[in-house]
Amino acid sequence: MTIFLTLILLILVTVSIWQVTKILELSQPKVQSSQIADDSDNQTQGKLMFAFLIFVYGLTIFSFWMWGDVLLPNAASDHGSEYDNLMWATFSVIFFVQTITQALLHYFSYKYRGEKSRKAFFYADNDVLEAIWTIIPTIVLAVLILFGLYTWNDVMFVEENEDALMVELYAQQFNWKARYGGEDNVLGDANVRFLQDFDGKNLVGIDATDPNGLDDIIVQELHLPVGKEIIFKMRSQDVLHSAYMPHFRAQMNCVPGMITEFAFTPIRTTEQMRMDPDIISKVRKINEIRKVNSVELIANGEEALEPYIFDYLLLCNKVCGASHYNMQMKIIVETEQEFNKWIKNQQTFAQFVQ
Amino acid sequence: MSTGSINAKEEEHAHHHKETFITKYVFSQDHKMIAKQYLITGLFMGFIGIAMSLLFRLQLAWPEKPFGIFEILLGKWAPDGVMDPNVYLALVTIHGTIMVFFVLTAGLSGTFSNLLIPLQIGARDMASGFLNMVSFWLFFVSCTLMLSSLFVEAGPAAAGWTVYPPLSALPQAQPGSGTGMTLWLVSMAIFIASSLLGSLNYVVTVINLRTKGMTMTRLPLTIWAFFVTAIIGIVSFPVLLSAALLLIMDRSFGTSFFLSDIFIQGEVLHYQGGSPVLYEHLFWFLGHPEVYIVLLPALGITSEVLATNARKPIFGYRAMIASILAIAFLSTIVWGHHMFISGMNPFLGSVFTFTTLLIAIPSAVKAFNYITTLWKGNLQLNPAMLFSIGLVSTFISGGLTGIILGDSTLDINVHDTYFVVAHFHLVMGISALYGLFAGVYHWFPKMFGRMMNKNLGYIHFWVTAICAYGVFFPMHFIGMAGLPRRYYTNTNFPYFDDLANINVVITVFALIAGAAQIVFLYNFIHSMFYGKETEQNPWQSNTLEWTAPIEHFHGNWHGKIPHVHRWAYDYSKPGHDEDFIPQNIPLKEGEEELQH
Repeated sequence: MTIFLTLILLILVTVSIWQVTKILELSQPKVQSSQIADDSDNQTQGKLMFAFLIFVYGLTIFSFWMWGDVLLPNAASDHGSEYDNLMWATFSVIFFVQTITQALLHYFSYKYRGEKSRKAFFYADNDVLEAIWTIIPTIVLAVLILFGLYTWNDVMFVEENEDALMVELYAQQFNWKARYGGEDNVLGDANVRFLQDFDGKNLVGIDATDPNGLDDIIVQELHLPVGKEIIFKMRSQDVLHSAYMPHFRAQMNCVPGMITEFAFTPIRTTEQMRMDPDIISKVRKINEIRKVNSVELIANGEEALEPYIFDYLLLCNKVCGASHYNMQMKIIVETEQEFNKWIKNQQTFAQFVQ
Repeated sequence: MSTGSINAKEEEHAHHHKETFITKYVFSQDHKMIAKQYLITGLFMGFIGIAMSLLFRLQLAWPEKPFGIFEILLGKWAPDGVMDPNVYLALVTIHGTIMVFFVLTAGLSGTFSNLLIPLQIGARDMASGFLNMVSFWLFFVSCTLMLSSLFVEAGPAAAGWTVYPPLSALPQAQPGSGTGMTLWLVSMAIFIASSLLGSLNYVVTVINLRTKGMTMTRLPLTIWAFFVTAIIGIVSFPVLLSAALLLIMDRSFGTSFFLSDIFIQGEVLHYQGGSPVLYEHLFWFLGHPEVYIVLLPALGITSEVLATNARKPIFGYRAMIASILAIAFLSTIVWGHHMFISGMNPFLGSVFTFTTLLIAIPSAVKAFNYITTLWKGNLQLNPAMLFSIGLVSTFISGGLTGIILGDSTLDINVHDTYFVVAHFHLVMGISALYGLFAGVYHWFPKMFGRMMNKNLGYIHFWVTAICAYGVFFPMHFIGMAGLPRRYYTNTNFPYFDDLANINVVITVFALIAGAAQIVFLYNFIHSMFYGKETEQNPWQSNTLEWTAPIEHFHGNWHGKIPHVHRWAYDYSKPGHDEDFIPQNIPLKEGEEELQH
């Protein structure tokens, strides 16, 4: 049936194209059956070019008005505000250039639409103009590069220090685990070759002969104390994954056979984030959508969707196989007291494999 | 140099051999026929690639909903009409591979380099017609292998078009990494061989076979673009070949170039000491220049079409050549910007940020020069011209967001999100497709001796132009919201529920855009047989291909090859009655030749 309908549709489309061409051909005087643009084509197409400029601007404004609220809220890490500033500075430059150049391009296409009676202005070169539009982008880009590199150095060069909390993010198809250094805040040595020790209870392959590893704590939900620097060490046991924490402006690939790292300091707890006006309105909007979707589900005899509460997310952002789209871990940022209380209740590696 | 040995026997070369059906239409050594073969194969692959994107767009807009069309086209991979996640990844992978390599590399550059290099420089044919033929047939074989991988038991390659190991190396990691991936790699290896043979031929031809008077600084910008593209290809494609060969070794012969410390499906594998990051370096050493291999020919076509239809010289001819060369050079030292968060040393990230943002300068020069070319022109808004203007528009829109992605810091949070998808589709996908369309509309009379219907061309352009922005503009928002690409659905994250309606908007635009391509296809096929017969120089263009007769024969010109006396852009030159002066017209007495 569907094949039949699709075929009919395709035939109808072809016939209608054919008919439209016929009409367009017949509606024009006989002499002008040329397929080269004439003055009347230039008139129409030139005006459409101008209309297209309005469409591009309109689409931009519409998108911001309609979808401006889906963008990520303010960063929840200390380098995040630096990141956001750089982003908005770059964006202002981009918007400025985009607005001007699109205007010139489409306005010229409209203004100088061809007429048989006119001749173009022979203008092949102007060294001054070209120097100007080589030098100005160079200066603007130099500023952006410097600003960017300054931030990059700030974000990326991780210095080991005693105050920072060491956390390992461990990736596998298709879930995440986190490992804390425990009492000594030192992550024990690990390798995939140890994964089968202790009847498979050695979840991230800790080397049991390394004393630093015995007090390590392995969990399925990432808890972070607010205001403390966290140094993440990333590992993967099978294929490439990428630990992406959008609210913290943090991402690093997890590569089998090597340890990668990234560090940041969370500055807002999950509770604080839930009180953020942007998040409140976003969550309200999402819950309205979920309510509408639930009506449909209930009508089909399925369960309604649960209301959504905001949580930080860790997502996999490097294609890793069939369930890539569902490889996630919840992140909870809490006060140091709450964090200490939580971590005390977790089993250490030594306790777990007993 | 300019009168090479092959062209020495100028007179008799034109009609020296008899042609049978096989040598004329199948194993042809005539560059014009090979160009048509490339074009038709490329368009065929293009329609498959676009159709695939429509399938996964349906899934993204209405996740896990059954569609009859899935059941028909995907069969067992869409049980009850619901697309399987593995198939989603396979479609994304093959869509990317087909569009980047088979359509926008071979289809675009293969078609127009073959058609235009001999005709525009004034040569009887390519330096080696035989290698040219071999190049096309290798391309054809690689297309066939790639398509045949769609029919293997476990499905085609599904690791993304970059096929990063270990995902692509281990059949245990996903079904697509079995026979499908082997076929992908073999197909790509053959494709690279084809591309190298083609590129070598282009370079040799441009250097040796230019007609008398055709100095390098009189070459049309199309030829400059094809020439430089071919050089980039020769420099970078072999590196991809080495990556593919090493990956084949890892997959089939137990070596460990890219693999180390892997535990999968309850088993520790023997691989030790390799690194996936090495593969990323090798892949992107081609992968980034590849962007310019795709884009430069499109920009070359645009330069030619804009100048011809604006009836005005291209603004800043020498600056355009300089920027092509600058882009080509820089393109080979920026690959690391795809790897800012791959785990490589952050210091390298700084270096690559620097080189990457430098590319914005020659790109900006090109965009400004195009806009100035339009200024005070007498624009003949033919469909080809519209596509060229459209190219400049998407090149700017897409290029600007590159400033964000090329900045290592900003890349941290938008890397591999839909922001990237929006960026590269606009700047290289849509722009290069517009270049391809501009080229087809402009040189269709040269290829088939007939004109395409302009009104259908206008419909094709406007629907495509509106839909292209309609698809990719909203995608920036999804990316800035933090949604990763290559997700089968985002319904597992309630946080992204508010993106669902944007996805519907995008898919609707994509479907309309897809339908608009049927208009093009109809116009193309119909005009091939029933189009209005063309005059010799329908667009009143200056370049040499329009001095050749309409009918095709091996050798291009009856009698002598025209000699060249001026650059290609003497449009609306003061002191002349016509608003164009073909390159083979000698200078008038006292006329100054512009040295721009």
